[in-house]
Amino acid sequence: MSEVWITIVVLALVSAVIRASGPVLLGGREMPGAARGVIALVAPALLAALVVVETLAAPEGGAFELDARIAGVGAAAAMLALRRSALPAVAAAAIVTAALRAIS
Amino acid sequence: MSSEGRERFRQGFSAGIAYAVAALLLAISFGVLAQPLMGNVAPIVMSAVVFAGAAQFAATAVLAAGGGAAAAIAAGVLLNLRYVPMGIALAPSLTGGRWRRAAIGQALIDFSWAAASVGGGRFDPAFMVGATAPSYPLWVGGTAIGVFAGDLIGDPGALGLDAIFPAFFLCLLVEGELRPGLPALVAGLGSLIALCLIPFTPAGVPVIAASAAALLGARR
Repeated sequence: MSEVWITIVVLALVSAVIRASGPVLLGGREMPGAARGVIALVAPALLAALVVVETLAAPEGGAFELDARIAGVGAAAAMLALRRSALPAVAAAAIVTAALRAIS
Repeated sequence: MSSEGRERFRQGFSAGIAYAVAALLLAISFGVLAQPLMGNVAPIVMSAVVFAGAAQFAATAVLAAGGGAAAAIAAGVLLNLRYVPMGIALAPSLTGGRWRRAAIGQALIDFSWAAASVGGGRFDPAFMVGATAPSYPLWVGGTAIGVFAGDLIGDPGALGLDAIFPAFFLCLLVEGELRPGLPALVAGLGSLIALCLIPFTPAGVPVIAASAAALLGARR
């Protein structure tokens, strides 16, 4: 089997196990109080980190890559601060980023 | 599925359409990128069985650079490890046997998981599966378009596509999770952890490490 197919098969199997791990091992039962407190905060922690990484990091990892994305995500933040809903904010991110790249 | 469950699936499906359109465009660029390396069939199979954008791009980049299968798998797995804390958070909201729970876990993608959060650490599984449903066919189909039709959309960067995904996550954070007090503090700490690790760690690690910020919730 070629390197490509080995990668696809193994990555698919490991990804399926990763996605199933929490639901299978911990699913269907209530957690103790301290664990519930932690679980309630996983979403803000992970979402904030995803915003930072996908705005500032180089896709290959290990470095910052500061470019027009920053202005685009800033535009989305400004739209949200002005109480606009999600879709206009996301559209603003794409438009501002694309426009800055077109003129630079 | 109960009729109430079907209704929540439908609501999730509607909520997931806009994200799925962005995923379609990204999938086209993945097909274009992967085709010279993998041929026509493998990129489409990869999208169908891995179904994870960042991991697929990372693994493909390693293969294209001659890094070999082991390094490509490691890069992809590192990016998908964030589904472990997401799955742990989702777990108490799931019912049914372990095979059913394992199947619902396969619908974990960042957007659907966050959109299905209803507060207090609870998630709506039917909504989450519904929100993932439009992304799957558009992710696989978009890859096929990229492979066979080539560069229909040109450079995805020129469209600002790479700013769309963090903007989606920002909306989910601000509209759903950023309540004053501990949640806002944890979001700040999580982003700080990620920020500090970006220059020093492989892709994927900053996000996984940021989940440690949620441990502040254990004090309650």
